Amino acid sequence: MTSHQHAANPAQNYLNHPKGVWSWLTTTDHKRIALLYLFTILLSFFAGGVAALVMRTELMFPGHDLVSADTYNRLFTLHGVLMIFLFIVPGIPATMGNFLLPLMIGAKDVAFPRLNLLSYYIYVIGALFGVAALANPVDTGWTFYTPYSMDTGTSVVLMTAAAFILGFSSILTGLNFIVTVHKLRAPGMTWSRLPVFVWGTYATAVIQTLATPVVGITLLLLIMERLMGVGIFDPKLGGDPVLFQHMFWFYSHPVVYIMVLPAFGVVGEIIPVFSRKPLFGYRIVCLSSLAIAIIGFVVWAHHMFVAGISDTAAIYFSIITFAVAIPTAIKVFNWVSTMYKGSIRFDTPMLYAMGFVFLFLVAGTTGIYLAALAADVFYHDTYFVVAHFHYTIQGGAVIGLMAALHFWFPKMTGKMYNETVGKIAWILVFIGFNLTFIPQFGLGMEGMPRRYYDYLPEFQSMHSLSTIGAYVNAFGYSFALFNLLWAWIFSKNYAPANPYESLSLEWQTPSPPPTENFVETPIVTDWTYGYGTPLKSGAH
Amino acid sequence: MSHGLFRTEWVAGEPPDIHHMDVPTAYDAAKLGMWLFLATEILLFGGLFAAYALFHWAYPTEFHHASKELNWKIGAFNTCVLLISSFYAALSVDAAQHNNNKKVVRYLLITLGCGLIFLVVKYFEWTGKASHGLFPGTSGEHGAFNSPEFNHSYRMFFGLYYCMTGLHALHVIIGMAILAWAANLARKGRFSKRYYTPVEVGALYWHLVDLIWIYLFPLLYLVG
Ligand code: HEM
Ligand SMILES: [Cu+2]
Repeated sequence: MTSHQHAANPAQNYLNHPKGVWSWLTTTDHKRIALLYLFTILLSFFAGGVAALVMRTELMFPGHDLVSADTYNRLFTLHGVLMIFLFIVPGIPATMGNFLLPLMIGAKDVAFPRLNLLSYYIYVIGALFGVAALANPVDTGWTFYTPYSMDTGTSVVLMTAAAFILGFSSILTGLNFIVTVHKLRAPGMTWSRLPVFVWGTYATAVIQTLATPVVGITLLLLIMERLMGVGIFDPKLGGDPVLFQHMFWFYSHPVVYIMVLPAFGVVGEIIPVFSRKPLFGYRIVCLSSLAIAIIGFVVWAHHMFVAGISDTAAIYFSIITFAVAIPTAIKVFNWVSTMYKGSIRFDTPMLYAMGFVFLFLVAGTTGIYLAALAADVFYHDTYFVVAHFHYTIQGGAVIGLMAALHFWFPKMTGKMYNETVGKIAWILVFIGFNLTFIPQFGLGMEGMPRRYYDYLPEFQSMHSLSTIGAYVNAFGYSFALFNLLWAWIFSKNYAPANPYESLSLEWQTPSPPPTENFVETPIVTDWTYGYGTPLKSGAH
Repeated sequence: MSHGLFRTEWVAGEPPDIHHMDVPTAYDAAKLGMWLFLATEILLFGGLFAAYALFHWAYPTEFHHASKELNWKIGAFNTCVLLISSFYAALSVDAAQHNNNKKVVRYLLITLGCGLIFLVVKYFEWTGKASHGLFPGTSGEHGAFNSPEFNHSYRMFFGLYYCMTGLHALHVIIGMAILAWAANLARKGRFSKRYYTPVEVGALYWHLVDLIWIYLFPLLYLVG
C-alpha cells in the first residue's frame, strides 16, 4: 500500500449514491442511518451543552446572578434529559454501532433495515415530544422521582412520554443489532473472531432490549398516575414512591452500561492499531463486557442507599456493586497491557483512547467510594456524585464517541482531517474536562449538595474553577467537531481505504464504502488483532 | 434488487427479495427478532406484575374484597374467546405452510373476530365499573373509593386493574393490526410453504397477547 494516497474517492459510494434529500430521509442503508443519527444526537449534545454552560455561569459566583432558582431546576432537568435520553444512550450504538456493526462482521446491512429507519423516526418523534415539553419545562431532574413528579405543575407527562418513545427506539435498535450479530456474520466470522467493538455493542444491545421495557412501564405508570390518579407511586393514596425508584434504577443503572460498553469497544479497537500489538487478553475483554452487562442488572439499588431500603438489601447491593468493578478493572489492565512495549503512535484517536483509559479509571475508582455504604451516606446527592458520573459518562462515553469519530472519520467520509487541530482540540477537551470536574470532587467532599443554584461563599473558588473548566471544555469540543466538519466539506486530502493499517474488516473496503459495503462478501480466516509491525504509513 | 424503503414488486408464493440476506436467514432473523420483542413485552408487563405482587402483599384482604367487584364469569368468557382465537392463529400458520391462502384468510378472520369480541366485552366491563364510580381518580358520591373501609387499597386494586387490562387491550389492538396485515397478504395469495414469515411472527405475537391475559385473569378476577 502506498503511504499517501490523495486520489479521489471511488466514484460511487454510499454518500453520493443515490442522490437527493429524499433518498437520505427514506434510506434503509445502515451507514446513512448512522449519519442521520449522528447529526441529530450532536444537535442534542449542543443544546444540552448550552444548558450546562448557562448553569455553570450561574454558579460562577454565589447568589443569584443569571437565572432564578426555578429556572435552574428546569435547566438541570433539561440538561439531564437531553444528555442521557437524546444524546448518549443512542450516542455510540445508533451512530458508530449502526455504521460499523455490519461492516465489521462482513454483512451488507443490519438484519432489519426498515426497522432501523423506523427506530430513527421513533427517536425523532420522541425528541419532538421533548420539544413540546419545553412550553413548560420540567423541574424534577432527569430521574422524575415521585412524589414530586406527581405534584409539580410542569410538563412531566410530555417529557416522560418523550423518554418512553425514545426508549422504544432504543429497544428496536438493540433488537436489530442482536439479530444482526447472530444471523449475518460473514463466513468464518466466528464469535471468537468478532472485533471487541462488536462484542461491546452486542452486550449493549442486550441491555437496551431487556432493561428499557422496565423503565418504559415505569414512565407509563407515572403518566397514568398524573392523568388518572392511579396511586401506585403516591403515598397519599397508599402507594410507594420507593417502588418508583426501584423500577427507575432497574433500568437506569444498566443504562450507564449502554453508554459505556460501546465506548469500551471503541477503545479496544483503537489501542491495538496504534500500539501495533495484538489486543491483550481478547477473550477476557469480550467476556468482561458480558459480565458487566449481566452484573449490571442486579446492582440498581446502590442509588437508593439512603432512600430507606433495608440494611440487608443495602449490604447486598453494596457488595455486588463492588463486584462490577472487577470486570471493569480487568478491561483497564488489558488496555494498558496492550500498550505495554508496543510501538505507540499518538494520533488523535489514540489520544482520545488513552484519555478515556485515564478518565475512566478515575470514574471507576470514585464509584467504589460511592458503593461503600458508610461513605455514600455522606457523598449521596453531593457534587461528588456529579463528578463521578461525569467522569463515567463524559470521560467515558463521550470521549469514547470522540475517539470513534476521529478514528473512523476517514472511513465514514473518505477524507482526512487536520491532525494538528485535532490534537490541540483534544488537549483543550482533556484539560477543560478535568478542570471542570476535579474541583467538583472537592466540593462534594466539602459537602456541597447537587442541584442547587446558589452556595455558601466558601465554595466559590472551586465553583469558579469548575465554570472556567466548563468553558474550556465546551470550546475544545466545538473546535474538535468543527475540525471534522471542515475536513468533511472542504478537505482535498482524500483518505485511502486503510490509513491506519487496521486489520479489521471495515478497513478492507474502500473509503467511503460502497452502498453494498463489500464488493464481494468477505471470508474471514483469522481473528482481528494479529498486529506485529510498527505503523509506517498513514496520515499525519 | 431494491434498497428503497418501499418494496412493491413480488411474486405470489415467493419470499420477497431482500438484498442483504438469503431466504432461510431472513426467516430465522424475523423469528429471532419476534422472540426478542416478546421478551421485551414480558418485561414491560413484568413491571406491572411486580407492582401487583407488592401491593397484593401489602393489602391482601382489601385486594380480595376489591376483586369481588369483578365478574369472574365475564373474565372466564373472555379467556375462552382468546384461547379460541389463538387456536385459529395457529391453524392459519399451518394453512400457510400448506400453500392454502384461502384458509389463512378464513382462520385469521376468525382470530380477528375473537379479538373484537374480547374488546367489546372489555369495553362494557370497563364502562360498567366506571359508572359505579370504580375508576381511579374519581370521587363521586357513590364511588366505592369513598367508602371509608376501602378507599386506598380499593383504589390501588382498580388502578392496577385498569393499567393492566388497558395495556393488554392495547396489545390486542396491535396484534389485530398485525394479523389484519398478514390476512391481507394472504388474500393476495402471498404465502406458500416457501414463505409464510408474516403469518408466523404475527401468530407468535398473538399467542403472547393471549398468554398475558391467561395470567391477568386469575390475578385480577380469581385470586384478588
Ligand atoms: C466501577 C464501576 C462503578 C461503580 C462502583 C459505580 C457506583 C455508583 C454508585 C454507588 C452511585 C450512587 C451514588 C449516589 O447517588 O449516592 C453511582 C452514581 C452514578 N453513576 Fe456510577 N458506578 C460505576 C460506574 C458507572 C458508569 C460506567 C457510569 C456511566 C457510564 C456511571 C454513572 C452513574 C450515574 C449517572 C450516577 C448518578 C445518577 C444520578 O443520581 O443522577 N457509573 N455510581
Ligand atoms: Cu448505578
